[in-house]
Amino acid sequence: MSTIKRYAATALAAAVGVSALAACGGTDSGAPSKGDKTVTLVSHDSFDVSPAVLKAFTQETGYTVKVLKSGDAGAALNQEILTKGSPRGDVFFGVDNTLLSRALDNGLFQSYEAKGLDAIPADLQLDKGEHRVTPVDTGDICVNYDKKFFADKKLAPPKTLDDLVKPAYKDLLVVEDAANSSPGLGFLLATAGQYGDDGWQGYWQKLKNNGVKVVDGWERAYNEEFSGSAGGKKAKADRPLVVSYASSPPVEVLYAEPRPTEAPTGVATGTCFRQIEFAGLLDGAKNAAGGKALLDFLIGKQFQEDLPLKMFVNPAVKDTKLPEVYAKFGEKAEKPLTVDPKKITENREQWVKTWSSLVKK
Amino acid sequence: MAVPLAFFGLFFAYPVIAIVGRGLKSGGTWQFGRIGEVLGDPDIGGVLWFTTWQAAASTALTLLLALPAAYVFARFDFPGKQLLRAVVTVPFVLPTVVVGSAFLAVLGRGGLLAELWGLRLDTSVWAILLAHVFFNYAVVVRTVGGLWSQLDPRQEEAARVLGAGRFAAWRKVTLPALAPAVAAAALMVFLFTFTSFGVVQILGGPSFSTLEVEIYRQTAQFLDLPTAAVLTLVQFAAVGTILAVHAWTVRRRESALRLVDPARTARRPRGAGQWALLGGVLVTVLVLILLPLAVLVERSFQGPDGYGFRYYRALQSADGGGGTFLVPPLEAVWNSLQYAVVATLIALVVGGLAAAALTRRAGRLVRGFDALLMLPLGVSAVTVGFGFLITLNQPPFDLRTSWILVPLAQALVGVPFVVRTMLPVLRAVDGRLREAAAVLGASPLRAWREVDLPMVRRALLVAAGFAFAVSLGEFGATVFIARPDNPTLPVAVARLLGRAGDLNYGQAMALSTILMVVCAVSLLVLERIRPDRSVSGEF
Repeated sequence: MSTIKRYAATALAAAVGVSALAACGGTDSGAPSKGDKTVTLVSHDSFDVSPAVLKAFTQETGYTVKVLKSGDAGAALNQEILTKGSPRGDVFFGVDNTLLSRALDNGLFQSYEAKGLDAIPADLQLDKGEHRVTPVDTGDICVNYDKKFFADKKLAPPKTLDDLVKPAYKDLLVVEDAANSSPGLGFLLATAGQYGDDGWQGYWQKLKNNGVKVVDGWERAYNEEFSGSAGGKKAKADRPLVVSYASSPPVEVLYAEPRPTEAPTGVATGTCFRQIEFAGLLDGAKNAAGGKALLDFLIGKQFQEDLPLKMFVNPAVKDTKLPEVYAKFGEKAEKPLTVDPKKITENREQWVKTWSSLVKK
Repeated sequence: MAVPLAFFGLFFAYPVIAIVGRGLKSGGTWQFGRIGEVLGDPDIGGVLWFTTWQAAASTALTLLLALPAAYVFARFDFPGKQLLRAVVTVPFVLPTVVVGSAFLAVLGRGGLLAELWGLRLDTSVWAILLAHVFFNYAVVVRTVGGLWSQLDPRQEEAARVLGAGRFAAWRKVTLPALAPAVAAAALMVFLFTFTSFGVVQILGGPSFSTLEVEIYRQTAQFLDLPTAAVLTLVQFAAVGTILAVHAWTVRRRESALRLVDPARTARRPRGAGQWALLGGVLVTVLVLILLPLAVLVERSFQGPDGYGFRYYRALQSADGGGGTFLVPPLEAVWNSLQYAVVATLIALVVGGLAAAALTRRAGRLVRGFDALLMLPLGVSAVTVGFGFLITLNQPPFDLRTSWILVPLAQALVGVPFVVRTMLPVLRAVDGRLREAAAVLGASPLRAWREVDLPMVRRALLVAAGFAFAVSLGEFGATVFIARPDNPTLPVAVARLLGRAGDLNYGQAMALSTILMVVCAVSLLVLERIRPDRSVSGEF
């Protein structure tokens, strides 16, 4: 008996030790509610904001923002769904239109009509009736091309999805796995948007016959297979077409030293799928007032102007002033393709499955 | 015993059971029908088959290439040995995103093989197998070599004097002593490759998928918890079987060994055969391990106009051209070190206590616990990470947003290493020494301190080195844990690789190089710390 008691005591001591240790760390990263002056934003790994912008929010409202990131967009959202009711934070940023229905069906968010919503185009407001989510930014997933390759070959770069299956572009395109990667899924959805529920399979068959290469994720596709990127040049990559973002060319310019006068890559503007990213006030938020203020701020001028060079997305608010480098080197998608979020949720798994057996074999 | 039990109960068993339970239960009733449904899926069958055979092949290949190296490191003295031993461990801690890119550079188009022989392996299964060897080489070299170096060569010499041939002496004397360590190493390699995730994803391309990849996909992407739960159970069963078999083989062969100071067993190679062996091992290390690493280093210096330090300079500022981080990426080094130290301490305490308890008690229950300790290596990081979320949400354990979760998750992976490294050595300590100490009036604690500790100090350091290195490179669980913006090195590398632009790619390579150096230096320091009292068989 005494041994058991001793074990129990040790176990308790160990447990208390761990929580005490955790509490120590809590001073800078732990407890979410400190006199309700902290508001916690949960997001995915790609979230980014200038420190000065967050400081401005604190000055305006008195709330300090704590940012928690966990995994990519899909994983971060799924974590929120699992902790529904006792969320880790107050506001979630980063659910896009491919995941929106899953979030709404799970009742993740409370309704809140953010101030300044009328400055956001109506076609972005996918939850107009209830305002459970607020559109914050948009991004386009498009085929990028290596300018040098096409100039050397004296070949016009492709513009549309139809172009990609032409013999002139045989063995040139690399795409990401739609099951694992969000640009991969976006591109699949673009083809579904363009050719319809029963047409996209045929398109992919043609794409396959035209030598499309499928790799796991964006990192491999862009950094290792795409000849237009910095990594691709070092790896002597041989695919001049890749599925990436419309904002990739300005990023290539911005993150090069010395800054080139022209982007090394271009965008096939007729191949784009539009992603809309939303934020919402979490159900069960401890600091709802702070969360609401933060949502207002996310579609406010400062945050919106900060977005393009931080996350390389387009501000949702109309007529937001774009940074020069972004405006100059960014390309506008022509009539980006979309699919209704409800439809995406209903078909996503089946489409990905069909797609997998179609192209991976 | 209580501390490890509490640790595993709270931070492993409970979260994993909870998430599996959530998947299998719907509306309050268990849905065991799902199991048959998922297992009946031919796609899943294919995944299972591939997972198993690639793990077996990888393990065989790793043993084949690394066992000679274990011998060379144990028995030969040559200049640069310590450095080399640290270097071969570096791959082990590198994030797979980085290794994938290094391997593509060697195996893929434009890579060395392609230029020399027009050979491209980048989307073949060979790329996966070779990368697995690259990752796990050190596991065999360190686990087997560590024990080998402490085996008294005089025993083998005695057998030869008594008329045994060279091979017979080795087979009858050295091999039985070594077998538990070889089995332990093989088991670890098998576990790692069975649950391989990043390597398979990046190098294999989408046509190859392991169980682990599938679990990740179902949990993190589709939120199909029932399927994920079934797959987790399958993986559990497989890992459990491997562990049971292993425990059985080890127990049959275990015996107390005479351990000696490794410094006294190593000597310079003699004769053409031994030099050839040393040369062969060095060439293997060069081609398989140093070459991919060198490519990374080269790329970290190679700018658009010649070589230079531009990417390293960019790491020092928070906005290397536009700002991917709130703090300079270099700060990730500091974050990583802090996390790794805490994780190593937790792993050493938990693993050390567990190993000590396992040596003392031989009850059935305790032996079961031995196998249990290895389970975290066989469970997907996403399962553990998501399990944390739904269990550690009530005081006093609302740790979901606390920094401590990161080292805890890292320690979970570190503990099995500590136990695995400590156990063979601890078990090899002659029990009569302890008994003698007890007869002479020493308390159990004192007997442990005066008898066991001096003999296992080296193993303890090796264990600490492993735990530290693993924590440093841990990526899977860390990325699923909500962290405030203080990324660890691997997370920072992944974030840089996730962006277009020359400076981002270059910084990712530079940061990986720093990760490699930090890891090599830590391991080297640990190699340097020698026990102050020489461990020898003079008792």
